[in-house]
Amino acid sequence: MPEAWPPGLLMAVGAMLIGMLRGSARTAVVLILPVLALSAVWQVPDGVGATAEFLGRVIELAEGSPVRRLFATIFALMAFAGGLFSFRHAPRQELAAATLYAAAAIGVCFAGDLISLFLWWEVMAIASTVVVWCGDRPASRAAGLRYAVMHVIGGALLMTGIAAHAVATGSVDIEPMLADSPASWMILAGLLVNVAAPPVSAWLADAYPESSPTGAVFLSAYTTKAAVLALILLFPGEPVLMAVGTYMIFYGIVYALLENDARRILAYSIVNQVGFMVCAIGIGSQVAINGAAAHAFAHIIYKALLFMSAGVVVYRTGLQKCTELGGLFRTMPLTAACGIIGALSISGFPLTSGFTTKTLISEAAKSNGLVMLYFLLAAASAGVFLHAGIKFPWFVFFQKDSGLRPNDAPWNMAAAMLLFSFLCLLIGVYPQPLYALLPYPVDYDPYTAGNVLFYLQLLLFSGLAFFLMLPLMKRTLTITLDFDWFWRVALARLGTQALGALDAIAAGIGRVGRSHGRLLTGWARRHFGEDGAFSRSWPIGTTALWMALLLSGYVLIHYL
Amino acid sequence: MADFRIGDMNGVRDGDHWLVRPRTIRRLWAGFVVLLALTVFAQAVVPIKSYFGIDGWLSFAAAFGFLSCVFMVLLAKALGALLKRKDDYYDA
Repeated sequence: MPEAWPPGLLMAVGAMLIGMLRGSARTAVVLILPVLALSAVWQVPDGVGATAEFLGRVIELAEGSPVRRLFATIFALMAFAGGLFSFRHAPRQELAAATLYAAAAIGVCFAGDLISLFLWWEVMAIASTVVVWCGDRPASRAAGLRYAVMHVIGGALLMTGIAAHAVATGSVDIEPMLADSPASWMILAGLLVNVAAPPVSAWLADAYPESSPTGAVFLSAYTTKAAVLALILLFPGEPVLMAVGTYMIFYGIVYALLENDARRILAYSIVNQVGFMVCAIGIGSQVAINGAAAHAFAHIIYKALLFMSAGVVVYRTGLQKCTELGGLFRTMPLTAACGIIGALSISGFPLTSGFTTKTLISEAAKSNGLVMLYFLLAAASAGVFLHAGIKFPWFVFFQKDSGLRPNDAPWNMAAAMLLFSFLCLLIGVYPQPLYALLPYPVDYDPYTAGNVLFYLQLLLFSGLAFFLMLPLMKRTLTITLDFDWFWRVALARLGTQALGALDAIAAGIGRVGRSHGRLLTGWARRHFGEDGAFSRSWPIGTTALWMALLLSGYVLIHYL
Repeated sequence: MADFRIGDMNGVRDGDHWLVRPRTIRRLWAGFVVLLALTVFAQAVVPIKSYFGIDGWLSFAAAFGFLSCVFMVLLAKALGALLKRKDDYYDA
């Protein structure tokens, strides 16, 4: 049997097909391709598979390991559910771009060396930019451009880091390193751009809510989680990640609390959840890496579910601001129920997937004696329930009667939501199969009575805090400034001022030019005009004479 | 004093959906308070394993969750006062 195709490549070819096909043929590819990719994922053996030569280096096209397969599995599953959710509603370009995006994320999973990692990384950036643009509004085009610029910068950092690393160590292998040299710092910075680490966290909440109702479902899954995998492979136990992750966790909570746009609330909570994973990678123990991987797996499912639920609302009403929504549970009971399951999962409520995966990370902080971090994570768990667990369903589906009576989800969107709701509950009730796929053996039972009681107290009293403080959380028609103000406003102002200064200089030159102009043009006409010395055709003899003179002058100077 | 109505359910009449009738909301609150009390008192029967001393105290998680949320909401309010802008800020 010929060597199997790397799953990412298989899916990328399929994405091209989706772009060309129409009607039911396209639908068939959208739905069958992820299944084929999933089976290819499970055929990638451990260790380095296919290799090729590129730029004088051996490129490892497919390298398998349990954690790589785990991420590729959820990426393929996500492609299927996302395809099911969107195939009847998304434009052709978006379906093709989203599939290519998924293909690139799967490619990252199996990249055996830094060069192929980088190539897939860039394909991911381009494809996801197209997905943002498919939002097809002026705001989407502008946000997509900002998104692209940010990822070009991230890619440039990553590439410079990889090149410097290759020169310094002579190796482009993917192996654990620490941020201890300029090269490794640049690689780390390039990866951190994609997890939306500070100070560039804003790109995520800027771009995702501007995509189409279906596009955001794909966007929520791939870029950040592919970067989480890259961090697991390259920087496990890098201490700086604990600080970065903690910042992301609380940044996500605070900004989501202030936010009015329902899908932007969910976008901020991606940063928050990925913060948990980044923190865990910073801890770096086996339990922590298991926690990061398991949480990424569960997170993709419930976050996509939340974006599906919000996507149906946007699809049916064309609205996504909390101030305009409310009371939708009356006519959208299924969408509301699925949204609530996603919201309980993200909050880590017992019996949902967040509980069985996120508590692994707390467990890791506990067993490593990181007291401070443990309590911060507990406070953050309460905060997640506050900003996403209750806030999202409350303001969209309950709150007040907005008077809107939209229909519930179309059948395919409902099917995708039911599938992911089922998985949220399945992983919550029966996490053992997921635990078995984790990179290290798991010796952890989340369902001890004390543990369940601890989280019930923590979460239910957070709920109490939410409803008691509702008057403080009244939604307003506002956005919240972020670090991106510096490049969206300050830099733009600086640019305008610089242009103004240039204008002034040019005007000055103009004035001087006018007064000396006549003199200058006269001189120019004399020398460069029709009969001027510089435009006359010279006989070859004269040229030869001049050359001889110049050359002998040069020789003379040389010997002096 | 916190009033025990959920949010601002404007225009709610008894003829509206059963879930938003004042009676249902009163019952939901009553049920919620009972549930909260149960989770605290259950600690007498089911001990929560303590790792750092303080986390084994009676109702520690309840108080910690509640106070963390109050703190985070107030922090968000304070930051909001500084950083909030009209939502067409970048379009202007």
